[in-house]
Amino acid sequence: MTAATRDAALHLGVLTLLAGLWFVLPTYHSGNLARIMVLAVYAMGYNLLFGYTGLLSLGHALFFAAGMYGLAIAMQQGGWSAAPGFLAGLIAALVVSGVAGALALRTTGVAFMIVTLMFAQAGYLTVLYFGAITRGDEGFVIPQAARSLAGIDLTTPANRYFAALILFGAVFLGLAWLVRSPFGRTLIAIRENEARAKMLGYDTHAYKLRAVILSGTISGASGAAYALLFGYAGATFATVQYSIFPLLWVLLGGAGTTIGPLIGAIFMFYLIDLASGVTDAYMLIAGVVLVLLTLFAPQGLAGTLRNRVWPWLP
Amino acid sequence: MTLLSTRNLTKRYAGVLANEAINFDLPQGQIRALIGPNGAGKSTFVGMLSGRIPTTSGSVTFDGKDISALPAHARIALGIAYTFQITSVFAGLSVHENVALAARRRLGRDGAAVDAKVADSLSRVGLADRATQIAGDLSYGHQRILEIAMGLAQDPRLFILDEPTQGLAESEIADFKTLIRSLGGATTILLIEHNMSVVMETAEAITVLSNGTVLADGTPAQIRADPAVQAAYLGTADA
Ligand SMILES: Nc1ncnc2c1ncn2[C@@H]1O[C@H](COP(=O)(O)OP(=O)(O)OP(=O)(O)O)[C@@H](O)[C@H]1O
Ligand SMILES: [Mg+2]
Repeated sequence: MTAATRDAALHLGVLTLLAGLWFVLPTYHSGNLARIMVLAVYAMGYNLLFGYTGLLSLGHALFFAAGMYGLAIAMQQGGWSAAPGFLAGLIAALVVSGVAGALALRTTGVAFMIVTLMFAQAGYLTVLYFGAITRGDEGFVIPQAARSLAGIDLTTPANRYFAALILFGAVFLGLAWLVRSPFGRTLIAIRENEARAKMLGYDTHAYKLRAVILSGTISGASGAAYALLFGYAGATFATVQYSIFPLLWVLLGGAGTTIGPLIGAIFMFYLIDLASGVTDAYMLIAGVVLVLLTLFAPQGLAGTLRNRVWPWLP
Repeated sequence: MTLLSTRNLTKRYAGVLANEAINFDLPQGQIRALIGPNGAGKSTFVGMLSGRIPTTSGSVTFDGKDISALPAHARIALGIAYTFQITSVFAGLSVHENVALAARRRLGRDGAAVDAKVADSLSRVGLADRATQIAGDLSYGHQRILEIAMGLAQDPRLFILDEPTQGLAESEIADFKTLIRSLGGATTILLIEHNMSVVMETAEAITVLSNGTVLADGTPAQIRADPAVQAAYLGTADA
């Protein structure tokens, strides 16, 4: 088997498994999985920047929220339907990540983390400040009637599940292809040794900016889809907590692997779900498990698999 | 024809005048050695040629074009390849991918051409059988040789090498001399080197730097006979 067919088999296999799970999982779990797939899109967007380009952002909630509010405001205040609303979400995230990226990339390392964190905080405060449009903390519900795409009602569990799967699949396959392409390999080179990449003639700044924009736009697609499929947009999604989540998902699942974000999102979702069934202090249990994982599988679950079992894992 | 020249190229670090008004001309196709005692300013000089180190003042001209204002990546794209004095490879990637990254910037999406270039570059330096190894697992000497292969894969017009034989075994140094001589004529080479046998057996001309200025310029025979050079450099380096 060539590397390309093995990659394709892995990625199509994961998608087939996810499609099949709909038919066997109880409603509660398939509902969770729909949510997880949308959040995994966010994690994959984050992974492109963190796992493949080596840039640690603490402000991705800004892009997630830009997509979410881009769609929600266009639909709610502008009366747009779902398809142009989704496009508005993508464009909002693209513009916001372009501006934030151009400014934040003037810094590196810890300064980059802090600048992105500040941008996201400014974004959160903006949502609160323009409460007349965004409904501030309270947020708003997108009416069920508006949540349909090309005549398909996105509020039924089955349609919602498969809409989430289609978005997930498109981003999953697109990124799997991208990280094997010359562009993706250049991002990896920048992660590994930026000075050397520059001295091979690559305009590393331009590559990093494109990575921020692509990462931010994918994160925005996730935010827009979340609002569309689950019918709610709120300022919580712009808080620092939502900047930390994708970092945790990616660290747990395996930074710089194509399946890591999905694995991390599933793992953490169920970790919190199970822990909260046991105790009110569920974040404590989650925290302990996270610490243990970082100690014993610092490359994340997929990263550890790659090191121990399948070195070919993309 | 002159491929590269500098006029009044100057670099001042906080207190140190590392390069002082250097005028330098490198003819197309020549193998030139740049020698001088430790701290003479050799790495600073080539760093300013490649754009890795910002200049304080002065100009660099490449192929008739003033490139002083170009960022490093744009100069490399014009056909200048550069190997670092302190080994700098992609330690986490395979040997093949290291060289492919060097080739791909020029050859782009043509995967077959990139693979052929990688195979050719690796076999020229004798690393063909290590293509699948992770670069960081190679010995120090092999990592240096890998950097040379990364330079070759770019098909540079000017190849700048900063102390490439440092840390190589005797047999590897002999191979290196053969390789450099085989490139001469087609590729212009600027070689910083402390190993005098490499300098004397490969260079067609030598420039001696000392305390940030050009002390002497000439053929190997002229440089060897120059009393000022002997006093400033050869005497101390041989000791
Ligand atoms: N980043 C820097 N900041 C301050 N001083 C520097 C810096 N880099 C080099 N220098 C100083 O500039 C002078 C020239 O250094 P350079 O590295 O160019 O010398 P070199 O000829 O390459 O020496 P070597 O043979 O040891 O490699 C030295 O005195 C060095 O200490
Ligand atoms: Mg030096």
